[in-house]
Parts: sequence; C-alpha cells; structure tokens
Amino acid sequence: MRLTCPLCGERDRREFYYYGAEDYLHRPAEGAPLAEWDNYLHLRDNPAGVTKDLWYHEAGCSQWLLVTRNTVTHEILGAELVAERKA
Amino acid sequence: MPELIAKSALEGRSLALGGVTLAEVDTGPITSIAVFPGGAKALAKGLKTLGLSMPAPNSFTEKKGARSVWTGRDQAFLIGVAPPALEGAALTDQSDGWAALALSGLGAVDVLARLVPLDLRLTACPVGTAVRTQVNHMNAIILRTGDYAFEIMVFRSMARTAWHELETTMAMVAARAGVKI
Repeated sequence: MRLTCPLCGERDRREFYYYGAEDYLHRPAEGAPLAEWDNYLHLRDNPAGVTKDLWYHEAGCSQWLLVTRNTVTHEILGAELVAERKA
Repeated sequence: MPELIAKSALEGRSLALGGVTLAEVDTGPITSIAVFPGGAKALAKGLKTLGLSMPAPNSFTEKKGARSVWTGRDQAFLIGVAPPALEGAALTDQSDGWAALALSGLGAVDVLARLVPLDLRLTACPVGTAVRTQVNHMNAIILRTGDYAFEIMVFRSMARTAWHELETTMAMVAARAGVKI
C-alpha cells in the first residue's frame, strides 16, 4: 500500500502510523451533551466502502494526513494535510 | 572556563568497498528554522543575506558551503554556517543532534535501494533532492549531492547503527556483483 503525501509525494506504507477514524477531528464543543462525547470517544462506523481516517507521516514530514480510502477495493482516493484543511 | 574538545559521532571514519565509499561528514553548524505563521517574508529577507531561500518540499539549495534543506512543512535546516539574525522563524541549534554520512560511487544507489523505501535513481531523484525517509527502521534525511553521491543524516544516537547497516549492505552489494548467474 502506498499513500501520496501532499508534501512528500508517493510513499510506502511503512513510513506512516495509523491513528483512527476522521471523527477525532470533530471534537465536541465545551459543554456538549454527554451523548456527543460518548459518540466522539467510542462510537465508530465500520463502513464497507469509502472511509476517511487519520495517518501520521512519522518517517517523513511529520504531518497528519486525512486519507480517503475504500475498504473494499483498497483504493486510496486522496490524502490532505489536516493542518491546511478548511474546517 | 576549560575548552571542551568536540568529538564527532564516528571519529571521522571512512570505508571503501566494491567501488562504494562511505565516510563520516563534518557538516558544521545545523540550525532548525521553523517559520512562524506570517513570518515567511521576514525570513526570506534574512536568508537572502546568505544567498539562500526556504527550499521547496523535497529539495535543498546550496550557496558557498551553506545549505538550506527542506525538513517539513514550514521547516528547514540551515547547515554549514552559523545562522545570521533571522526574523520570522524560531531557530534552534541542532548541531550535536545529527550525524552525517557520505555515500558515493557507482553502486551507491544500489546500496540505498536495499535500505530505503524510495526510488533514488537519478531520474526519480535528481541532484538537489532532499527527502525525509527511513534507512531500514531509522528516520533519516537523505540528500542527493551528486550523480553518484548521497549524504545521509541520522540522529546522532543512531550513528553507529547507520554505519553498521550501510557497511553490511555495501558488503552484500559487493558480493552480489561478484556472483555470476
């Protein structure tokens, strides 16, 4: 598997560290109801198809990437920098 | 105040094997430049006094023995000169944190092909390329300094491991060249 880092270019899987679902980017606001925190911390979808998750380019530019990929075909559909993402 | 004697990580050792040469390099001062948000313009002005600029991703620029090497988003290493007063960025001295090895010779690229998960052939990695990647499991910065020459920077604590990996691989590549199929 290879990921195309927006800064470094196409790189091997071993340069990256997997963190988890995109949900970690959507932290509930202060004072949000408990159900929302529960969702943020514990509840995850397990899609057969397109999913978005976070990868860390630890052996490269040290940037967090938001990777869109397909869990069925293993196709990588894109990667963007979390730091430069429009909220 | 006593004068302390600086020792390099590998005491300047060098090795030639199968037409490939490995040698420790004394890089001189290494300074990390981390650009503040909105600081790019002021920094560019300061770097201009050295004839340098912030390098584009995966590259380095060189002028009169001073290098600026891309090391990340809005970050570069200034190597070979003491930093002038630069504005617009955080500067930290990294000189003692790194060990640098020069690998050169016709077979240098074959040695690295066994250790680095990247295409380092001249067509994919021209002179002036600087990449952050791995040498086996070690994080490293690799500079393409010539058609048949690389410089490999690793954390100083990894210097002897890097030397060992490269020496072993050089021996394997040299042995392979001697085998007739």
